[in-house]
Amino acid sequence: MNKTVNQKAWFFVLPVVLLVAFSAIIPLMTVVNYSVQESFGENTFFWSGVQWFEQVLHSDRFHASLLRQILFTALVLVLEVPLGLAIALAMPRKGPWVSVCLVLMALPLLIPWNVVGAMWNIMALPDIGLLGRGLNAMGWEYNYTRQPFAAWFTIILMDVWHWTSLVVLLCYAGLVSIPDAYYQAAKIDGARAWAVFRYIQLPKLKYVLTIAILLRFMDSFMIYTEVVVVTGGGPGNSTTFLSIDLVKAALGQFDLGPAAAMSLIYFLIILLLSWLFYTLMMRNEAR
Amino acid sequence: MRTRFLVPTIYVVFLLLPIYWLLNMSFKTTNEILGSFTLWPRTFTIANYAVIFTDSSWYNGYIASIEYVVMNTILSVAVALPAAYAFSRYRFLGDKHLFFWLLTNRMAPPAVFALPFYQLYSAVGLFDTPWAVALAHTLFNVPLAVWILEGFMSGVPKELDETAYVDGYPFWRFFLRIFIPTIAAGIGVACFFCFMFSWVELLLAKTLTAVAAKPIAAVMTKTASTSGYQLGLLAAAGSLTLVPGAVVIYFVRNYIAKGFALGRV
Repeated sequence: MNKTVNQKAWFFVLPVVLLVAFSAIIPLMTVVNYSVQESFGENTFFWSGVQWFEQVLHSDRFHASLLRQILFTALVLVLEVPLGLAIALAMPRKGPWVSVCLVLMALPLLIPWNVVGAMWNIMALPDIGLLGRGLNAMGWEYNYTRQPFAAWFTIILMDVWHWTSLVVLLCYAGLVSIPDAYYQAAKIDGARAWAVFRYIQLPKLKYVLTIAILLRFMDSFMIYTEVVVVTGGGPGNSTTFLSIDLVKAALGQFDLGPAAAMSLIYFLIILLLSWLFYTLMMRNEAR
Repeated sequence: MRTRFLVPTIYVVFLLLPIYWLLNMSFKTTNEILGSFTLWPRTFTIANYAVIFTDSSWYNGYIASIEYVVMNTILSVAVALPAAYAFSRYRFLGDKHLFFWLLTNRMAPPAVFALPFYQLYSAVGLFDTPWAVALAHTLFNVPLAVWILEGFMSGVPKELDETAYVDGYPFWRFFLRIFIPTIAAGIGVACFFCFMFSWVELLLAKTLTAVAAKPIAAVMTKTASTSGYQLGLLAAAGSLTLVPGAVVIYFVRNYIAKGFALGRV
């Protein structure tokens, strides 16, 4: 759509700018402020330059959580995106079951995150949970509070349970919007199911898949509540991801300087990714 | 054709299993939960739910949650409407940068903001009120609402605006009487998403409240600490948090995906 140039449009945007400025810029400046100062209790602060940034960037603790975070996000993407796509492809397009399916699939998305955690906590208890008991009965000595591998297994399964629906819903919407004429043309050409997928469905799904991948990327990068409720970052530190580590440092230990520096580094990583997201989106729209 | 439906069916069963287990637990007595492993409640009890509906520290949690979620939804969508209109119709100085800046807020990890929010809202005297949480959640909901609404508005042809002006409608009358009803579905979807993300978020909601405005999700954490590990009660409280979500999903079931694609499928 070609838009008219109108500087008065700024008045329409003003409320949003003011509101978001209050809830984003002020807190962000506070963080910046802490990240370059040293505090000796009781509100006395000294300039300390980039000391905290150096400390965080060189700390093994930060490296370890970042690495765990990247591993977690990668696993989540590798599992959820193909699975979601496959389910969307197999779903019926018409009929009374479609609505039922969609409502049931959207359900996990609307459960408060700590309830998701509590649910899986109960589900995975080795003695009285369905999953824990089942796995133990099958001969795997499963105990997610003691074994790092079992903890990872539980968390990944929980995330697949929680968020695969998002990918399904997006892909499904994309599939439904493909006009029938495309499929008819493919039928006349005698195209096989694989060819239909590769040359019709996949290109048409490019946009929704981009959104799905990037939403999953961002949200899994910020995961906090669910994991805290299930494992509390343990056993040991084996499931301490970036947000958990940050909250431990900021609200748990009140290490304001290092926590603020870590926040900013974390935020910059995400900012870089959002720039990537934005560019991809705009390229798609320009098409 | 038969095997085709197998995959979605298995997936739906997988989705329902933990939910079933939660409901199952919520109807059991503590003795049965801890003493034996049963696939359905042998001694069916609603005592857990009775506790929640009679103890004010429990049901106030629900009231507090719904209060700030509704406040946040109204606030976010109300300020997002004119902004989305501006983004979808006009070009102005710094429009793309502004849009990108809004987007970055959707991507800001709440953990980064927890401590500064705590200090900010304590300083302005809003700490432990629903306003604090409602305002804090605008951080990610306003950008989201602007995005979704902008997507829906861009789908409305510009000729609609122009015809209205030719017919002599002043701008605000056109906007309220014609344009808003036209994108009603978009507004519904934006409301749904604001509701959803405010409802499920806990980190900020918990940080910004202490007693009076404590959300139900935070109240739930107390079962683990103060009164032993009451799984049945925890399960009942959890089951009840599914209800608002299930109700609102039903209303927007055909638009959910469009919303996730930011109005652009």
